[in-house]
Amino acid sequence: MHVVVIAKNTPDTEATVSVDASGNADWGDKLVVNPWDEYAITEAVLLKGAHNVTATVITLGTEEHAEALKHGLAIGCDQAIRIWDDALAGHDGLAYATAVAAAVNKLGDVSLVIFGKELSDIASDQHIFQTARKLGWNMLGFVAQIEAIDFAAKTIRVSRLTEQGSQVVSSALPAVISVVKDINEPKYPTFIGIRKAARAEIPVWDAAALGLDAAALSSKTAHIRYQALPAREGAVEIIDGATVQEQAEALVDKLLEDKVL
Amino acid sequence: MDFALTEEHVMAQQMVRDFAQKEIYPTIKEWDRKHAPHPDVLPRMAELGILGINVPVRYGGQGFDYITLALVCEELERVDATLRVVMSVHMGLNCMALMQWGTEEQKQRFLAPQARGEKYAAYALTEADAGSDPVSLRSTARREGDVYILNGEKMWISLATLADNILVIAKTDPHAERPHKGITAFMITRDMKGVTTGDIHGKMGVRAGSTGWIAMQDVEVPVENRIGEEGEGFYVAMSCLDNGRYTVGAGAVGCIRACLEDSVKYARERETFGVPIAHHQLIKQKIAYMQQWYDAAKLLILKAGWLKNQGQRNTRETAVAKWFATDMSVKAALEAVQLHGAYGFSDEYDVERYLRNAKGAVIYEGSSEIQQLIQADYALEYRKDKPLRCELPAYDVDYWQSEV
Ligand SMILES: Cc1cc2nc3c(=O)[nH]c(=O)nc-3n(C[C@H](O)[C@H](O)[C@H](O)COP(=O)(O)OP(=O)(O)OC[C@H]3O[C@@H](n4cnc5c(N)ncnc54)[C@H](O)[C@@H]3O)c2cc1C
Repeated sequence: MHVVVIAKNTPDTEATVSVDASGNADWGDKLVVNPWDEYAITEAVLLKGAHNVTATVITLGTEEHAEALKHGLAIGCDQAIRIWDDALAGHDGLAYATAVAAAVNKLGDVSLVIFGKELSDIASDQHIFQTARKLGWNMLGFVAQIEAIDFAAKTIRVSRLTEQGSQVVSSALPAVISVVKDINEPKYPTFIGIRKAARAEIPVWDAAALGLDAAALSSKTAHIRYQALPAREGAVEIIDGATVQEQAEALVDKLLEDKVL
Repeated sequence: MDFALTEEHVMAQQMVRDFAQKEIYPTIKEWDRKHAPHPDVLPRMAELGILGINVPVRYGGQGFDYITLALVCEELERVDATLRVVMSVHMGLNCMALMQWGTEEQKQRFLAPQARGEKYAAYALTEADAGSDPVSLRSTARREGDVYILNGEKMWISLATLADNILVIAKTDPHAERPHKGITAFMITRDMKGVTTGDIHGKMGVRAGSTGWIAMQDVEVPVENRIGEEGEGFYVAMSCLDNGRYTVGAGAVGCIRACLEDSVKYARERETFGVPIAHHQLIKQKIAYMQQWYDAAKLLILKAGWLKNQGQRNTRETAVAKWFATDMSVKAALEAVQLHGAYGFSDEYDVERYLRNAKGAVIYEGSSEIQQLIQADYALEYRKDKPLRCELPAYDVDYWQSEV
């Protein structure tokens, strides 16, 4: 039995992102493990600790994206796989999902696929739902807690975070879940894990290895251009007044004048 | 020549950085103000394996090399010197002494539990009247059958009230013709009858750490706890300093980095005369120097670490690295305070803490004055290293990382 976590490297969340005149984004040159995926990796390792399952971490990307895999191994995943094929250059969500689903199928015996809630750079999560669809498995998004999981009986019960509060749902396994911050406290790598990760030879699965035509991995959509957020303009104004009452009145007048209220 | 760190180095460094920044940094100021050891530091460093980082796996450690130890110390002192002090005494001055001088039985009995973080370790050489001149120490060890009876008082001992195992240096022959030949090293344990300890209050720096005294009154120490031969203690004590100084210097590199990073951030934010102070050339100069000190100090430390990995004697190289790195950490901290203006003078910012901490490191483990004498004496050939009966083992990855 297998738990698979799909992780990705994303630009450092502390980097200043800029967009040039022709719409190319500069994300900075440092990559980090997508912060949401840290929860996903930890959850896989926790499941591995509590159940007799193998934890595998998969990433899709070029060589510099292997760090997410090393991080997964260092935290305690048993094995790592990198998916890459030149046909995936500039991939969209669907191409991503097609490749990932094929890798999960190739592993076989997978009960659960875990994703972090979204990618921190482009704030996108469609590839997660598309992966579930490609696999034909149930999709449980925004999981805040796995309340119960029985790999043998093939059932899972989770608590999902919704805009209104939370919702408890159960499903058959195999399933795909995406996890939010409440699910756990991300683990640090262990030194033994680091030693293992540093030595690991990570296999690369290309289209042929996934049993796919390169054409199946071609994208239907493409990023044309990025646009920078409009600069925020604003100024601070300190409201004078002898008493709090006067200050409050002046503030209300101002807010009405500016049509904020 | 290869300046690159390995993937293992970088990942270990990142892991310790995350720990120190996420778990300790948010509350360090509180404990520094209270003059009390941060309660999470030792247990978490134990749990995460940091306390055994460069000890072979077969002795309960993590199997990393000596360079990793330096990287770890840098990350720890980036947050606060007290975290690095733990590595200096527990690892540099105690665990590594066992790696160098301990018998197989002593490694099993002391090193393994220390590396696993089950026991904390300290090192007690200094006395109230014997600091820079340790040969003048007065603690005694009198042999009676299968035990030594230890008497005396040690001062300025880091982790005095927290350590379980303490490497104590005492005189077995107070009247030896050549006084340094009358000195012997012993591992005493806190639970031995006649051992009492206390904290020293009112310190300028390392306030979130523990520094204290250890009194020994007729403490019976089994012969099996003697580290090295009788009369070999001075060499044991000095070889410990080769490792302790390495950690202190590596920590000072972290302190310089802290000064640099905080100064860069502040210089970009703070404005005078209508521009960020970073635009003023005199401010740039301070930042440029901090960068230079950081780079040079780090290179000296890594060179010493490389020598340790190779199994080559590094007394001089380690001493020069410790001297330079700690002196420059004081200068960097002074500049960082200056750059922060009045805010640097307040404990609202961290830089005044860096300064108070940095000042300790130019005193302990051989003051800067002593370091200068050492360098001059090597250059003048008044001092030469003689081979030791036991040398620190070279780093051998297969031996270090295999279970047995
Ligand atoms: C925070 C802290 C933690 C410590 N932790 C430990 C520990 O864990 N274990 C331990 O054993 N010790 C520890 N020490 C003690 C430390 O190693 C000594 O303080 C140090 O060796 C200096 O000794 P001293 O304080 O007696 O100064 P002294 O030796 O009295 O020196 C006084 C001054 O004279 C200078 N001086 C001395 N001799 C010469 C000379 N020949 N030429 C020129 N100048 C000279 C010194 O540099 C210094 O400036 C610690 C000290 C501190 C402050």
